[in-house]
Amino acid sequence: MAGENPASTTEYIQHHLQNLVYGNHPEHGWGFAHSAQEAADMGFWAIHVDSMLWSIGLGSLFCLMFLRAAKKAHTGVPTGWLNCVEMIVEFIDGAVKDSFHGRNKMVAPLALTIFVWIFLMNLMDLLPVDLIPSLLALTGVEYQKIVPSTDPNVTLGMALAVFIMMIYYSFKIKGGGFVKELTMHPFNHWAFIPVNLFMETVGLLAKPFSLGLRLFGNMYAGEMIFILIATMFAAGAGAGFISGGLHAELFGEQTSALFWLVIFALVCTVCGLNLKGKISTGKTVLLSMAFMAIGGGLFALGGGLMQWGWAVFHILVITLQAFIFMVLTVVYLSMAHEDH
Amino acid sequence: MELVIIAAAIMLGLGALGAAVGMGLLGGKLIEATARQPELGPMLQGKMFLLAGLIDAVPIIGVGIAMYLIFVVAPGVGA
Repeated sequence: MAGENPASTTEYIQHHLQNLVYGNHPEHGWGFAHSAQEAADMGFWAIHVDSMLWSIGLGSLFCLMFLRAAKKAHTGVPTGWLNCVEMIVEFIDGAVKDSFHGRNKMVAPLALTIFVWIFLMNLMDLLPVDLIPSLLALTGVEYQKIVPSTDPNVTLGMALAVFIMMIYYSFKIKGGGFVKELTMHPFNHWAFIPVNLFMETVGLLAKPFSLGLRLFGNMYAGEMIFILIATMFAAGAGAGFISGGLHAELFGEQTSALFWLVIFALVCTVCGLNLKGKISTGKTVLLSMAFMAIGGGLFALGGGLMQWGWAVFHILVITLQAFIFMVLTVVYLSMAHEDH
Repeated sequence: MELVIIAAAIMLGLGALGAAVGMGLLGGKLIEATARQPELGPMLQGKMFLLAGLIDAVPIIGVGIAMYLIFVVAPGVGA
């Protein structure tokens, strides 16, 4: 609950689905939007600052981490991070070799970038939905959406880049053959040129559109479900110690992000101790459940378990969607390289 | 406004139905093919996951839109 106590579930959800927008408001001039209405008034030339910063930041993180591994690469047995990077690179290399048959040095690195970058962006979905927005709310940032791939601008932007590359390589490799493909393809007769052109154009435009929308839809639905489960925390803050939670007892209606941070840190510590083998798994589960029940009440405990369950399922989704985006990009570029 | 709930229900239900049929066919064929030629198993499994992701996308987008309709467009209807 980002800073203030949302009056209702709807407001909470809408607050979470609002980007941090910077643009030129017709009345207030340049600045950050303070409400969804203001963001809409800014029109087309407004920037989603959070999406930009998070996606560019994650992209730089990917570059830096892989650069570090590449500098340390040697012919011996790899360990640690280097091993991980080699696995990813080999995996992408195999996937590209399977589906790309042209000659182009750029496709495999492109596929690697797309896969790891989208994976990192999707991975932000697994952070607790309120953690970073509520932390930033303490510093006065009103809106924050930390998963760039739940912003259609980001996914469709990437799809647009893929589309431009498809067109570029189609012309470069096929030349006039590409025009012929567009105009003579299903029905090979001059009288059918308009029909052919219409059908092929629709088919061509559908590719980047479905590519971007698929990623966006998946991540948006996933984020939505995380947010909906998170509303249970709000629903639980009622009366009583265990049923309503220590938080409601201490602060009443006022929400304090620090309190949730302490609970989160406690649960994380317990899980960390379990990873190091200091305490048994049974004790870990019991302790975390106890912390969560004291902190947020029984509703919050249920919510926490559901968050965890959905997060586990979501690991599959985020990897799969990154993989699909990558494979389809490679397949589309491969189609652009097929010379008849 | 009650119609919004019906719309969401149809969206969720038909999406799940279609995806379930698709997934069933996909999994069944995978097992069939792997039983015939076990050495192709890993390759087929990779392709199966790719197609499973493609099938998965449509209903999950439906779920997203349905959740938006239920909780944001028409909150508190019938509650």
